[in-house]
Amino acid sequence: MYAQLFVSFWKIGAFTIGGGYVMIPLMEQELVDRRKWLSREDFMDYLSLSQAMPGVFAVNMATCIGKRLGGMRGVVCAVLGNIMMPIALILLLAVFFRCFRDNVIVERVFMGLRPAVVALIAAPVFRMAKSAKVTWNNFWIPVVAALLVWLLGVSPVLVILAAICGGLLYGWITAKKQS
Amino acid sequence: MILLEIFWTFLKIGIFTFGGGYSMVALIQNEVVEKHGWMSAQEFTDILAISQMTPGPMGINTATYAGYTAVVNNGLPMWEGVVGSLLASFAVILLPVVAMLIVFRYLSKHKDNPVTEGMFRVLRVTVVGLIAAAALLLLTEESFGVPGFNLQFVVSMVLFAAVFWLSYRHRVSPIILIAASGLVGLVVYSI
Repeated sequence: MYAQLFVSFWKIGAFTIGGGYVMIPLMEQELVDRRKWLSREDFMDYLSLSQAMPGVFAVNMATCIGKRLGGMRGVVCAVLGNIMMPIALILLLAVFFRCFRDNVIVERVFMGLRPAVVALIAAPVFRMAKSAKVTWNNFWIPVVAALLVWLLGVSPVLVILAAICGGLLYGWITAKKQS
Repeated sequence: MILLEIFWTFLKIGIFTFGGGYSMVALIQNEVVEKHGWMSAQEFTDILAISQMTPGPMGINTATYAGYTAVVNNGLPMWEGVVGSLLASFAVILLPVVAMLIVFRYLSKHKDNPVTEGMFRVLRVTVVGLIAAAALLLLTEESFGVPGFNLQFVVSMVLFAAVFWLSYRHRVSPIILIAASGLVGLVVYSI
């Protein structure tokens, strides 16, 4: 059981490239369809919880499912399984890349891919604006957040804290209005 | 003691990351490049490129790599860099895992609470702005070339626009886009 949990999350961590959300289909297939550890409804519940909570999405998923299936030991197996391979690979690359960084060919390749990486950070801004339901009414929130961090050098931590306080207030007021 | 500083910094990054890997990038960038000056914006961009092309959650990959680079850039030996990277990776998941375990127990009770729902709504919207700031802060002369009519800047702008379009509109995989851009760079700058 613990070994299976470790192997399943090892697979999910080791075979998905491009961030946590790419892992969703593989997780669903592995945990719901193949191992039949949980129902599709439970899976969807854990998914929304993991997305809402702070931290790395895939690790949050591993925590939920590990806890549900095997208690604390399950959590350790699932989380370690999930992050082991990526950490090992990145370490190898980090050591390797430092030796080749000043190589002319490597430098040329990176001159090409740096603008691409910035574009890849910019694209989700617009995609996420849709899924986070940014409208004309709350448009100012992300704009102010971006300007504070970009131009005034305010720490994102402070912006998040302000958003939590503002959000709780907003939730409290809407709850009052409804009742 | 830089190792302790790394642990504390990534502990903070972990618990304040809402909305996935890209928002974590915004936080890591602010702490590691702007605040502590552990590496240049260009180095951080290189780390992002490698983190996106390597399997695993992007947040973990970036934390592991940034932890290593921060230590080695401080002139410390490689093995301490390895310790730094492990510390960063564990610090970044530690508090979220604990928070997750606590919330998991109360899941059914507070799931549809309108106050927490309101909080998450505002958070989701705010995070969009934070990611935008990270992208804006990465638009540097080191990565794009000096603005003007010169080879590097023009090529960079074309690549930026093309990758943005292909990713946003056509959902082309980041790995393919990064690999193709690297190839373009190799060919264009070799001629």
